[in-house]
Amino acid sequence: MLNAIQSLGAKTLSAVATLGRAHAFLLQTLIGMPAAIARFSLVIQQLYASGVKTLSIILVSGLFVGMVLALQGYNTLVQFGAEESLGVVVALTLVRELGPVVTGLLFAGRAGSALTAEIGLMKSTEQLSGLEMMAIDPYQRIFAPRLLAGFLALPMLAAMFSAVGVLGGHLVAVELLGVDVGAYWSQMQSAVSFQADVVNGLIKGVVFGLVVTWIAIFEGADCIPTPEGVASATTRTVVKSSLAVLGLDFLLTAVMFSV
Amino acid sequence: MNARAMEILVGTFMLLFFAAMVILAMKVSNLASLTGGDGYKVVAYFENIGGLKPRAPVSASGVRVGQVSDIEYDPETFQAKVTLSINNEYSEFPIDTTAGIYTAGLLGEQYIGLDPGGDIDFLVDGDEVEFTQSALVLERLIGRVLVNQ
Repeated sequence: MLNAIQSLGAKTLSAVATLGRAHAFLLQTLIGMPAAIARFSLVIQQLYASGVKTLSIILVSGLFVGMVLALQGYNTLVQFGAEESLGVVVALTLVRELGPVVTGLLFAGRAGSALTAEIGLMKSTEQLSGLEMMAIDPYQRIFAPRLLAGFLALPMLAAMFSAVGVLGGHLVAVELLGVDVGAYWSQMQSAVSFQADVVNGLIKGVVFGLVVTWIAIFEGADCIPTPEGVASATTRTVVKSSLAVLGLDFLLTAVMFSV
Repeated sequence: MNARAMEILVGTFMLLFFAAMVILAMKVSNLASLTGGDGYKVVAYFENIGGLKPRAPVSASGVRVGQVSDIEYDPETFQAKVTLSINNEYSEFPIDTTAGIYTAGLLGEQYIGLDPGGDIDFLVDGDEVEFTQSALVLERLIGRVLVNQ
């Protein structure tokens, strides 16, 4: 009995301690940010690694998600004779929700896991300690450029996801199902607001970008420096950042879109 | 991979982002047709606006000429005060124009239709549309039919 209570207490303490280390880590990375911005070529390198390399999976998924939305929405809307509103359904769903959320999940799986594995490997092969020995701050040289790149890349990827998705919806709705092309685009334009929908979707992307990259880098830097430790840290990154994206999405939606 | 190739790829990535934003701004949302600054505003008072929403279209003869920019309740006249923003290219609406609230189709969205009058003076910024026709509220209509029988 007492042992069970003790293990519960130990788990709580270690969870709180991890949370505290994560915040201290974020703070130190943010302090190192000016130095990273001063050497912007490092950020460009990371934009390539986490942005450009994720682009293909984002574009393909965006296209298919848009096409599926159009197919599913058509089946429901046609019962009410409202299939002209298909563009509104596709665009609002993508811009407000699916664009940032699916991009966040894919980004966690593609770029987040790679970040954790890379940094975890640096730690287990003592490259991070090596940098410190040479008086190079790993926060400035390693962590800050990666955080900034993820923070920038995710909203951009989300915007591309939504744009490609709307085009995919057009493909299915207009070319396949025969919805009027004028109605598809004009109803979409009159229902989607740039400030309220597109910009809020981008803000979601910015928040997800920060959180996913933060979790990925921290898990890498905090892992047990063994092959098993790196492996379980990579798994934790994907699980934690997916949960964070979905939970934060609910909060952000409640703040942004409930009147 | 050398630095030049990587920078070219990141530059292409940025261009794709800009292209996506242009699509989202111009094709998907209403940024291109926003009439924030380049329209003149007139007000109209209605007894009942039904389900009219801000940004609903304002049309004349079925052609979109502007949008509803603001709706508020006027506690002095007990009426709804609707501000219409009309594009500057349609500046020649006679001062005795009638504004009515109609529904597009049976279940569609509500919009404001303008029926031009015959006066020689035109509506300008800040004017009031005097003749208005409220929205048809289905429940009231049914109630009236039932009472009259």
